[in-house]
Amino acid sequence: MSAGLEVRGLSKRFGGLQAVNRFDLTVAPGEIVGLIGPNGAGKTTVFHLIAGFHPPSDGAIRFEGVSLVGLKPHAICRLGLARTFQLVQPFAGLTTLENVMVGAFNRARDVAAARRQAAEIVDFVGLGPRRDVAARNLTLADRKRLEVARGLATGPRLLLLDEVMAGLNPTEIEAIIGLIRRIHERGVSLLIIEHVMRAILALSHRLVVLHHGEKIAEGAPAAVARDPRVVEAYLGEPVEVRR
Amino acid sequence: MAARLAIVLGLALLAAVPPLLPKYALEVLISILFFGYLGACWNVLGGYGGQFSFGHAAFFGIGAYTSTLLFLHLGLTPWLGMLVGGALAAGFGLFAGYLSFRYGLRGPYFSLVTLAFAEMLRVVAVNWKAVGSSLGLVVPSRGSAPLQFLFAGKLPYYYVILGMVLGALLICRAIERSRMGYALAAIRENEDAAEAAGVNALATKLSAMAVSSFLTALGGTFYAQYFAYIDPSLTFGPAISIGGLLPAIVGGAGTVAGPLLGSFVLTPISEITRAVLRGRAGADVMLYGLILILVISFLPNGLMGWLRSRRAGAV
Repeated sequence: MSAGLEVRGLSKRFGGLQAVNRFDLTVAPGEIVGLIGPNGAGKTTVFHLIAGFHPPSDGAIRFEGVSLVGLKPHAICRLGLARTFQLVQPFAGLTTLENVMVGAFNRARDVAAARRQAAEIVDFVGLGPRRDVAARNLTLADRKRLEVARGLATGPRLLLLDEVMAGLNPTEIEAIIGLIRRIHERGVSLLIIEHVMRAILALSHRLVVLHHGEKIAEGAPAAVARDPRVVEAYLGEPVEVRR
Repeated sequence: MAARLAIVLGLALLAAVPPLLPKYALEVLISILFFGYLGACWNVLGGYGGQFSFGHAAFFGIGAYTSTLLFLHLGLTPWLGMLVGGALAAGFGLFAGYLSFRYGLRGPYFSLVTLAFAEMLRVVAVNWKAVGSSLGLVVPSRGSAPLQFLFAGKLPYYYVILGMVLGALLICRAIERSRMGYALAAIRENEDAAEAAGVNALATKLSAMAVSSFLTALGGTFYAQYFAYIDPSLTFGPAISIGGLLPAIVGGAGTVAGPLLGSFVLTPISEITRAVLRGRAGADVMLYGLILILVISFLPNGLMGWLRSRRAGAV
């Protein structure tokens, strides 16, 4: 399988700390994969490695057959693999629309096209009424949406979402779940880091569990949620799956 | 609409009034436009891209020395020499920029490196006999020779620098509205997020550096022709670097009109403090510094930011 994302034997050491250890992961086209695990397990490091923010110590990362190792983040984004940040990183002084336009320039030929595409994405994520507001004046929930919108505007075929639900209330989480489903319907595959178990179990086709930088379980969400190792390392008690 | 009217009116005044002014007022006005021009050049990288260079004198000096040396030794008109100087400065800017950006120097580290580059060139110029060492170079003035960038009175120089400042502002406006403008703004706000959104930060910063250093070098040639004398500390010294970044920051970094507006406020203040405290060496600089601190602490977003918030508040 050369399509989608293929990660083989990925390792990252920070000094004496083995943050990620011989990690394998695939995301097929059209798939939604959930990446879960306790804090400090190395989930965000995996995202940094895939998106080119850190060089891996060892291992291979291929997207649609192209090796990503050694590429800069912007080059990886151009290839159709976008990410969001766990701590939202808006361009604070720019408006919602301008933030999304920066992403849209990946595909747009000129400023007018970027503005048009960005406006469509801004409406799609439900920020239409806030499009001319400076990003620094958005609520946390809106900033999370903006983070997703900016990534989506780059025209990815795979989108990495890093805890886009953290800090949101149940209503807002429900809305983001709906948004992620609609993104998936646009033909975008997703790799999602999330601590909100209800959401990740509802969304994921497959779950991968990371603990101390190593994969301890992988499979269908229902099976993984009952796996004794996962329960012990992360969940504390078995989780009921409702879809 | 009101803004457009103000611009047209301002341009008409700038074009029509100077012939009527006394010599001293004309000199101050040339000074205002000159520092406004340096501010606009600095603004391309510093204002829009948020990369605060403290060493733009490096490019300024390269421009001043290149066109003057080509004129003195080869008789090449400074009108062409300034383009050679601009190209050399852009080349040096790309070199210095690549070294700084490639190795991830951001914020104050970038500022310090640019300052060091300018000081390095100043020391080279001081010790290099062939370029006049610390004595500097005199541009021979033979009355009026417009083709050699030499004019009899001050007025033609005024119109040259007016044209240069308008050209620089138009370039800033074009950049601001282009893909590059959005990329620079994204880098200024958050470089990691910009990269994640597909912005090639290195290439974007280097492009801005090239434009900014090229334009700054043209200002160096203007200075050499206008004052008919250059030396290492006048052209490569920190006063020129600061003379560019201050009007841009005080006027409003990352805005088209900011640098010129800033110079219209700062340059007269500096002239007045110098006139009032004449004879007390250094006192004028202290007073100027004090005024500057007050302006920056009360107008953190510059004059343009203040005007905008006033307009927003009035609605």
